[in-house]
Amino acid sequence: MEKSKYNEIVKKHTPKEDRLFNAMISFLTGGIMGVIGEILLHVYSYYFDIPTTEASTFMIVTLIFIGCLFTCFGFFDKWVGFAKAGLFVPITGFAHAMMSAALDFRKEGFVTGIGASMLKLSGSVIIFGVVSAYAFGLVRLIIFGG
Amino acid sequence: MNYINAFLFCGFVCLIGQIILDNTKLTAGHVTTIFVVLGAFLDIFSIYDKFVLWAGGGALVPITSFGHLLIHGALERAHNFGFMGLAMGMFDLTSTGIISCIVISFFLSFIFKPRD
Repeated sequence: MEKSKYNEIVKKHTPKEDRLFNAMISFLTGGIMGVIGEILLHVYSYYFDIPTTEASTFMIVTLIFIGCLFTCFGFFDKWVGFAKAGLFVPITGFAHAMMSAALDFRKEGFVTGIGASMLKLSGSVIIFGVVSAYAFGLVRLIIFGG
Repeated sequence: MNYINAFLFCGFVCLIGQIILDNTKLTAGHVTTIFVVLGAFLDIFSIYDKFVLWAGGGALVPITSFGHLLIHGALERAHNFGFMGLAMGMFDLTSTGIISCIVISFFLSFIFKPRD
């Protein structure tokens, strides 16, 4: 079959994604995640008397725990498939990536499976974050003096 | 009012992510990596600090805050120790997130089995 004809057929049969719908859904879910974070921040700082900087750490840990637990129960994958960027851009996506890698590679053993491959998906976030933060920190240190 | 700001900011970041995902060939991993680098970049001029003041928790939930916290901790130590301080304080603020994530997923992977 000719290549152009083949491409045409492929184009016809790939499911069309409604970009506007996707964008709206991710905006809504992302916004809801932000509101949940804000609520947790308020709860920790007002009802448990934790200073705001520490309360933000508590909030992030809570969200990570929720993300890990929901991934284990199996329905977080479906939610991510539906909400897409609304759920993997917040910190829950980081937890989801690490948790699903740990679950997937568990059968290959503890050291060669979990130990070696747990950071397979979320490692890029840490590596690029550290490298870019170091480079930009250096820039700021030299130009603005810290 | 704070809740509305949090909703708008976090939603807007996710919206940008979704637009990048839909209109380019980049995957979810690329998008999160771009956002981390962007968060660190915005902190050169202390822009992200203003977002955090404006949106509160809404600015701390997206992955951009990860880059922001990395560079923030690094610069805090760099005040006293110069270049070495960058490496000393890099994980000061983010260590809780990374370490709790590793420990939680390590132990939960014992209990649960993968589902597809």
